[in-house]
Amino acid sequence: MIEQLDAVLLARVQFAFTVSFHFIFPAFSIGLASYLMVLEGLWLKTGRGVYANLYRYWLKIFAVGFGMGVVSGVVLSYQFGTNWSVFSTKAGPIIGPLMGYEVMTAFFLEAGFLGVMLFGISKVGKGLHFFSTCMVAFGTFISAFWILSVNSWMQTPAGFEINVDGQFVPGGSWWDIIFNPSFPYRLVHTVTAAYLTTAFAVGGVGAWHLLKDSTNVGARKMFSMAMWMAVIVTPFQIIAGDLHGLNTLEHQPVKVLAMEGDYDPSPEGAPLILFGLPDDEAAEVRYKVAIPKLGSLILKHDPNAPLPGLTDFPRDEWPPVAIVFWSFRIMVAIGFAMLAIGVWSLVARRRRKLYTSTKLQRAAVIMGPAGFVAVIAGWITTEVGRQPFTVYGLLRTAESSSPLDAPAVAVSLLAFIVVYTAVFGAGIYYLLRLMAQPPHRGESEPPNVPFHAAGITPASSIEAAPIGEGDPHGKL
Amino acid sequence: MASFDLPTIWAAILCFAVFAYVVMDGFDLGVGILFPALSPGEEKDQAINSIAPVWDGNETWLVMGGGGLLAVFPLAYSIILPATYPLMIAMLLGLVFRGAAFEFRWRDPRHRPLWDLVITVGSTVAAVAQGITIGALLQGIQVENNAYAGGWLDWLSPFSCLTGIAVAVGYSLLGATWLIIKTEGSCQRHARRLAFRLGLLTVLALGAVSAATPFLYYEYWRRWFEMPQVLLTAQVPLLVAICTGLFFWSLRKGREVLPFLMALALFLLGFIGLCISIFPYMVPRSITIWDAAAPHSSQLFMLVGAVFIIPLILAYTGWAYWVFRGKVGTEGYH
Repeated sequence: MIEQLDAVLLARVQFAFTVSFHFIFPAFSIGLASYLMVLEGLWLKTGRGVYANLYRYWLKIFAVGFGMGVVSGVVLSYQFGTNWSVFSTKAGPIIGPLMGYEVMTAFFLEAGFLGVMLFGISKVGKGLHFFSTCMVAFGTFISAFWILSVNSWMQTPAGFEINVDGQFVPGGSWWDIIFNPSFPYRLVHTVTAAYLTTAFAVGGVGAWHLLKDSTNVGARKMFSMAMWMAVIVTPFQIIAGDLHGLNTLEHQPVKVLAMEGDYDPSPEGAPLILFGLPDDEAAEVRYKVAIPKLGSLILKHDPNAPLPGLTDFPRDEWPPVAIVFWSFRIMVAIGFAMLAIGVWSLVARRRRKLYTSTKLQRAAVIMGPAGFVAVIAGWITTEVGRQPFTVYGLLRTAESSSPLDAPAVAVSLLAFIVVYTAVFGAGIYYLLRLMAQPPHRGESEPPNVPFHAAGITPASSIEAAPIGEGDPHGKL
Repeated sequence: MASFDLPTIWAAILCFAVFAYVVMDGFDLGVGILFPALSPGEEKDQAINSIAPVWDGNETWLVMGGGGLLAVFPLAYSIILPATYPLMIAMLLGLVFRGAAFEFRWRDPRHRPLWDLVITVGSTVAAVAQGITIGALLQGIQVENNAYAGGWLDWLSPFSCLTGIAVAVGYSLLGATWLIIKTEGSCQRHARRLAFRLGLLTVLALGAVSAATPFLYYEYWRRWFEMPQVLLTAQVPLLVAICTGLFFWSLRKGREVLPFLMALALFLLGFIGLCISIFPYMVPRSITIWDAAAPHSSQLFMLVGAVFIIPLILAYTGWAYWVFRGKVGTEGYH
């Protein structure tokens, strides 16, 4: 029994580790693919070299990030079977086809056009190349669509029946399965998060280079574009997050109560606990700082609305409260910090100090990686908040795992940690090194001529070439 | 509706996906395995350039195989994967290493020898793990109550090690013949010499695996050697002999594309042989494709999409290969 429990815990740690590592890269590539699409579109429309320069600058970064997303994603498609075989047998008839559609409609699309996007600039026309970029960007979105549908179904299962073997099987309409109750909210909230994450990464890189040279045209452009995203998208995201929270309260109240730290029921309106130390044993939040009635105002849009407490629910259905409580606060805090940066940039822009305000730029550099932290924190909130179930309310995590011996899982977990640290550590180092290079200042038209088809490129065009051109190895 | 059998159709589609994977990722893993044999600089750079634009799409067929198995044969998926647990983990880690190293070797010329070594180790581990998995499947998996009931090293046997080596050797042959098509100069000459030796080794390995398989189970023996089906199954070794002859002939004649096609044909025949041995089992001797099948509605829902989308995938994959047709240069690719 003890051994079995350990194997489950190790399998959970392993999945959490691989999925968190993986999630960083798609969160970046969903946003970056769209950004590249916008840049190339703007270049084709305006013909301004700065857009082509930026396209090539971010394309090199995209190549590294996307490659790591692919290899860390392949792992996940097999981990359902290696570590969670009972879950796979039981939920396979529902989630399998959805993931199958993800492979068929998204993975192949991205991979098929990625080669042309990365290496085909000189091999196909501008229009076809732009089309390839669009297909890669579209593919990242479709991928998010399907995998979030799967995840949402596990959170709020719908449209299913349970057969004699205890399997979840389609109950009639696939529409009900795909568009299960939490899916639209989760999709909007997560994809928007990916866009914001990318915007702040781009803004951070732009700000870094502006601090060194505030006249760098490429850096100015990317910083300006990123700050517009911060202004426009952050408020939208906060509203989307609020709606997602209301949806969760309806379908997974225990998760929301854990996020809020509400152990006791609040018949006259719940407070908003800002900080404190949740203690599951004592079923209370120690040293808490709370604002009366505000919790109900946010969750029910009425300060006096009653809310239940965790103690209203059986204890074996609670998630680990402290983790959910804190990861939620980290996500929300970063969201409001993003909003603050957006507002600050708007003020600086009106005063014509956007490119010269070193305080703003320093803040933007600090906030550069914030999106990644927020995305992981949000992911932990929703996934740990779903515990102790894999299929919410129906299939327990402890009953989902493979019949594996603990040593096998322990050894593989260790191997994953060592390999991921080495490989993705190196990858992140290379990404940072690429980002540390300033975008090229030359604004010349990018020559649409082959740059490594031997003998065609005149030397002069290599010298005048903007970023990427004539610099095949990215050495700059 | 009842006139066609969904599990059989899906078994065929998944066989196609697995073979598509072998066709496409086989050569790029093979190039990775052969990497130390190529000289640094021009030869290695040409070899990498020939696979850089396509390896990502190639690997997607592996995800299709795994994802498809989960979707339409969830029981088989959740038995085979725990049964081959260390192999799957090793294969995945190998692919992680290899995929990342492709990018890193361009980014970091100072450590290029290190990343080149990583490419080779990753490719070899992935290929051998895939080969051992085939052997493990053929020799049977212990199943009780629709779940894997063996230990975590049950897959290890002389036979599975043989299939592991056979697949790695075969992939190397695909890699060498692919380089004959895509490269020129010293790299191509080098690839030709390698292809000749690897051709011999591949035929030897194929022969050894074929000879050993019928002795695993009496059922396999009957399937291959009993009248009247022996008249049909005997065509497989006959075709292998013809393809082998054509392979060496085309290599000697200096043909560029035919050796690759013949190497693929050898793989196809080996694959057909595998299917003859296993069908209609998904997990040999215990779970048939009908036992493993997901409910009708799940299979049908996937099929509707697959019928339209797979041809589309093949079309744009073909287009991407067309864009990068011809010989590759030696310079970096971005």
